[in-house]
Amino acid sequence: MNRTFLIGGIAVCLLLAGLVSPFASPYPDGLEQVAEGKGIEAAGTPTWSASPIADYALPGIKREGLATGLAGILGTLVVLTAGWGLARLIRRRPV
Amino acid sequence: MHVPDGFISGPINLACAAIAIGGIGVALARIRGSLAEHQVPLLGMTAAFVFAAQMLNFPVAGGTSGHFLGATFALVLLGPWAAGLVLSLVLIVQCLLFADGGLTALGTNIINMGVIGVAVPAVVLALLRAVLPRSRGATLTSIGVASWLSVLAASAACALELGFSGHPIGPVLTAMLGVHAVIGIGEALITIAVVSSVLAARPELLPDLRQVEATS
Repeated sequence: MNRTFLIGGIAVCLLLAGLVSPFASPYPDGLEQVAEGKGIEAAGTPTWSASPIADYALPGIKREGLATGLAGILGTLVVLTAGWGLARLIRRRPV
Repeated sequence: MHVPDGFISGPINLACAAIAIGGIGVALARIRGSLAEHQVPLLGMTAAFVFAAQMLNFPVAGGTSGHFLGATFALVLLGPWAAGLVLSLVLIVQCLLFADGGLTALGTNIINMGVIGVAVPAVVLALLRAVLPRSRGATLTSIGVASWLSVLAASAACALELGFSGHPIGPVLTAMLGVHAVIGIGEALITIAVVSSVLAARPELLPDLRQVEATS
């Protein structure tokens, strides 16, 4: 894996998650829209409310865009590390 | 298309969770020992890109938005088993860390987006590859068609699960397919654009497509 490509690729991901994500469309997505239109509601209470960064907003940060961008950067790094780590565990072993 | 808690019945969520766990096990077993050295960082990068791009909702008609799914993109880069793992990983992090998609529906979301979302374009691409010429245009068009069908198939699966959970299946299926037919166009355009950029920057990452590049 070429170093420039690796660093460039990660930079693109961080830019998208950190700087572009605050400008994402706030409209409901396809499923949310359909659920709203067809009267589908969550039955009962959510069973999982312990997500530390619900709705992609880092808690304790007042500026909405900043909270979203930081949450995006954090999530990207978590996924990158987890994916890389998982792949390392299952890669082809050099003989 | 991340299903929250409470939309889909317990038994369906449970069945999907069981199949998802089995599927992840099979995928891990299938690719264990087969990832080349350069694919190790590539898998992490692909997952990071799918996560980041999924945050970027784009508006579609009528006050609705959609976002990139990335299943076909991961498929083209890494093959079906690793692509399924990438999507599952992204969905697990989104669920646990960001409350995006319900915990009880995590298996269902993995089935819809990580299994069906990957399997359908894998079959479509294999079929199209068999009948179409190996030109750059035909390949990129195939990838576009496959990614559009990937989103459509995932949304259909979601609609069927909602239907079997007691919601009106016909109208839900029609509505889900309708809106995702539009979102899928975005998916196709983004997938073609990103695959083209990887092809331009690092053709050796896409051995299947590099051959195409050389002959066209």
